[in-house]
Amino acid sequence: MLDVVKFKDPSRETSKGKGQIKVDEVSITFGSGKDAHLAVETTSIDIKAGEFVCILGPSGCGKSTLLNAIAGYVNPTTGAVLVDRTKVEKPGPDRGMVFQQYSLLPWKTVYENVAFGPKMAGHTRTEAGSTANTFLELVGLKKFGNRYPAELSGGMQQRVGIARALANYPSVLLMDEPFGALDAQTRLMMQESLLDIWNKFGTTVVFVTHDVDEAVFLADRVLIMSAAPGRIIEDVKIDLPRPRSTNLASTPEYIKARQFCLDTIKAESRRAFEDQNA
Amino acid sequence: MENTALKSDAAVKVEKPEPPILPMSGADLMPVPRLPKITRQHLSSAGIVALSLTIGVLLWHFVTATNLDFYINFENVPSPLWVFTAFVGHVQTEIFWTHIGVSMRRILISYCLAVALGISIGLVMGRSRIARAFIMPYIEVIRPIPAVAWIPLAILMWPTEESSIIYITFLGALFPIVLNTLHGVEQTPEVLVRAVQSLGASRWAVFRHVVIPAALPSIAAGLAIGMGVSWFSLLAGEIISGQYGIGYFTWDAYSLINYQDIVVGMLVIGFLGTASTAAVKAITRPMLKWQEKTR
Repeated sequence: MLDVVKFKDPSRETSKGKGQIKVDEVSITFGSGKDAHLAVETTSIDIKAGEFVCILGPSGCGKSTLLNAIAGYVNPTTGAVLVDRTKVEKPGPDRGMVFQQYSLLPWKTVYENVAFGPKMAGHTRTEAGSTANTFLELVGLKKFGNRYPAELSGGMQQRVGIARALANYPSVLLMDEPFGALDAQTRLMMQESLLDIWNKFGTTVVFVTHDVDEAVFLADRVLIMSAAPGRIIEDVKIDLPRPRSTNLASTPEYIKARQFCLDTIKAESRRAFEDQNA
Repeated sequence: MENTALKSDAAVKVEKPEPPILPMSGADLMPVPRLPKITRQHLSSAGIVALSLTIGVLLWHFVTATNLDFYINFENVPSPLWVFTAFVGHVQTEIFWTHIGVSMRRILISYCLAVALGISIGLVMGRSRIARAFIMPYIEVIRPIPAVAWIPLAILMWPTEESSIIYITFLGALFPIVLNTLHGVEQTPEVLVRAVQSLGASRWAVFRHVVIPAALPSIAAGLAIGMGVSWFSLLAGEIISGQYGIGYFTWDAYSLINYQDIVVGMLVIGFLGTASTAAVKAITRPMLKWQEKTR
């Protein structure tokens, strides 16, 4: 069973209806002239507020690039990304980011890492501290506040990363293969707790992965991307009941959804392979 | 209800509990104060250092006592005892301490200037491609010039002897600090910059909270190297001086063919250099506390 929300959660109200993403005719090219490399082919995506969307695709297909465009690290070559009808131009605290590599500041304690965002937002030390504690408690790591990131396991570090991103009460949470470097067991645990956190927060989540099971287990919608240059080839609605737990994997609905994704990917890879040999 | 899923691997890195001590007899139950392992390790490495130095001094004594002349000629090299006697004699004179004091003051002034300027230049070069391309050629050309080669020009350029000595010493410390700072800034992980940008950090905040701390280990190494280099530049600088300084003392002893004093001067420089480098390391260590936890 999931525990009932017991912490003060202003986000539930304030982020309601926020976090709507529109990727409008975006294409991304790196370099220019002869070295130009098309990373993302013209793509349009509409994501509703509060939706959990997974972008699924093979390595190097441009899914991270697309996510980076939503985050504001990469500017689209054509088209635009809009979050709540505002054009994305640079990274900002309204779009929390969780990375695959450990991205906590190693010279700050766990607590200082989580308090960093609120401090940047101009909150006082005390306010930032209490926000940090709230979110560390949410991810079950309040006891570890005074440790340095390197003293924590990979799974714990990623939970701190999630807490840190959420401490700014973002309307969108962007996750770039956040569990990719974890062992299988920890990954399953992390997926469950992410859904749990999402359930409490209702933030829009865009989650990039190359793992079919992960995508189907987590998402409301799975957007399948082609091999490079990336474009969305399928938009799969995952109509599985929530809250979800790992037992879900044995249900026929899950297996069907998973099979569909796999078949799509297989067909696409075959096509890409034939294109290469043509 | 307790949220168990979140606490899955919380115990992974918690220290292992002490193994239970099984009581064998009454005596074993007595509380025995145990030396922490670190102390024992320190003791043994201090012992090795002492042994190494003893062997060195004994060898030195042996080659001078036997007037060894085997390609290298030790006939005119003063023996350890002779040097030690000379040292004890100097320690009782005021002028000796003046030499040391003057040198330390010069080091302090030159080094502080080099630290302030070196870190600033390094940071600017690390963050701005234009500044880097602009400054780098000067560093590349000036850096290999030995301190001694600067003596004539330093005398011509600077108004006082003191300022030319400080200039030469400062130059020695400057380059390792600049280059290490630059190197440190270049090593800033891009993912950390991105992470704090998405937490709302301004350009200045990125600099303050990511770039500088990321460069600190390398800067600290540069500071320690710079301190060592400033001592051997000082010696060159003090050849100019006609009065004071431990470098002057050594140079003067050479002019007067006072062999044991040459060695006294050399050893004092070596010792002061080591001590001041250790001081720099001790000062920078608290800033790198997080690194110890990383290992």
